[in-house]
Amino acid sequence: MIEQHAEVTFNDRVAADTYLMGLKSPDIAARAHPGQFVMIRVGAQADPLLRRPFSICGVRKDGGLLILYRVVGRGTRIMAGAGPGTGFDVLGPLGNGFDFPAQPGESLLVAGGMGIAPLSFLAQRTGQEVQILTGYACADQQIPFECLGLSHCAVLVATEDGTIGHHGRVTDLLQESGNHIPHGYAQVYACGPIPMLMAVADLTLRQGIACQVSLESTMACGLGACQGCAVPAAPGSDRRYYHVCQDGPVFEVGTLDWEQLQPHVP
Amino acid sequence: MSPDLHIQVGPLHLKNPVLTASGTFGYGREFAQLMDPNRLGGVIVKGISLKPRPGNPPPRIVETPCGMLNAIGLANVGLDAFVSEKLPWLQTLHTAVIVNIYGHTLEEYAQVAAGLKGVQEIAALEINVSCPNVARGGMSFGTDPNLSARVTEAVLKQTDKPVIVKLSPNVTDIRVIAKAVEAAGAHALSLINTLTGMVIDIETRRPVLGNETGGLSGPAIRPVALYMVHQVVQSVRIPVIGVGGIITPEDALQFLMAGARAVEVGTGNFVDPRTTLNIINGLTRFCRQKGIPTIREIIGTAQQNW
Repeated sequence: MIEQHAEVTFNDRVAADTYLMGLKSPDIAARAHPGQFVMIRVGAQADPLLRRPFSICGVRKDGGLLILYRVVGRGTRIMAGAGPGTGFDVLGPLGNGFDFPAQPGESLLVAGGMGIAPLSFLAQRTGQEVQILTGYACADQQIPFECLGLSHCAVLVATEDGTIGHHGRVTDLLQESGNHIPHGYAQVYACGPIPMLMAVADLTLRQGIACQVSLESTMACGLGACQGCAVPAAPGSDRRYYHVCQDGPVFEVGTLDWEQLQPHVP
Repeated sequence: MSPDLHIQVGPLHLKNPVLTASGTFGYGREFAQLMDPNRLGGVIVKGISLKPRPGNPPPRIVETPCGMLNAIGLANVGLDAFVSEKLPWLQTLHTAVIVNIYGHTLEEYAQVAAGLKGVQEIAALEINVSCPNVARGGMSFGTDPNLSARVTEAVLKQTDKPVIVKLSPNVTDIRVIAKAVEAAGAHALSLINTLTGMVIDIETRRPVLGNETGGLSGPAIRPVALYMVHQVVQSVRIPVIGVGGIITPEDALQFLMAGARAVEVGTGNFVDPRTTLNIINGLTRFCRQKGIPTIREIIGTAQQNW
């Protein structure tokens, strides 16, 4: 893991309140694995104080680190105003990433909203056509596949208001044949809001399909020191809580206590 | 010639006055890839209890203006695992290793102290009588002068090491507790721990933290901490370690000028893993610029009777 000042190379609006930022950070980019994250300090001032965690959305050959983010508060508002040539202190790569699929064709990626960020990186790294299901609240939140480097993938879209794609939730797209993960998929990867992950966890656990989820959490350090990002471990585990920064952010679906997991408040 | 940053805190000899505050630096190793802990004046590790503690239900932290609230609940590996899994690495460090200890009862404080007895590489114990996020022990001892004194005595009986008592700011007059602990034989005091606070989510109309309340830390509390250090330094003879929102060298200098002989950096470690090293460099720079040969010369210089 590395801590360095990284220059913003671009910071483009790619959907409503949503930006894709390129950071010149070859050392972190070279070590990054899909599913890992970075902690970004949004300024030298004391307010806002803490670094913010962001999934790594991809890396470029020139050492660029891609961060996809939606403006939800003070930190991301500052980031959205950063032009090329400015910079941020970046700490990473942190946490444990996804295990790569043995057969990329048998994996299904399920993304709710900004959950597309780590899954895009995973899809890029597999280098093969994978099926991706994406869900958004409405059409103007949809992030174009091209800017995420997903042109080689099969992408289905659902919107909650029906303005584009399937009218409903991304998890509806899973229920092709009744309430089932469609045949032929041996591994599911999911990232998104907790209620969506709960639905995916329920399906995959019932069907016995391997599934890895990436969780988000408020965190202060990202290093395992503050113990702030606790999530409940499944009953029967050797401990009560896991920590998203160190044990995750990617978890096997069966290792978490889904009954006790609480929706994240940004 | 480089200014001399060595400092004596009671019987404790430190290579410089910058320590890491308990609970913000893990067991030290978490930060070792990002900075050299051997450059620190000392490492104060996460509060250790007799038995492992899983900690409070999430959410455990929330950001606040110029600070954060935490309600971790003293999650730690417990005494046995600390000794077998964490201590061996700490023993390789070339800096003072200070272990923060915590108990539900007087006996538990004493048992943890006894369990660490004789470990040569542990330079001192810091007694946590000030954690606001646990139902029993912690702050319930630290807000009562008699109980604070009894915990101090109980630990002193079971240890061969200097004892620092970490005080809570959540009291009417911190000087009363400071004096009681001094009379009980403590070698030094550290202050302040976090201030109790809360944040409410207006959508759910519920407190954000799983524990409802948490401890406020960060630059938001610095003036309060500085004031309390300034007060306590006038009230006791034992050395005081300043803690509370210290992030820059200038912050640390204010505490030293108020009379603290060392400082602990807490939330600053989260903001930048190298915060402590920046402070050490800044102290050297300040002394050099002002032509001060030793950092000891500035300690207490802001006290009126200096």
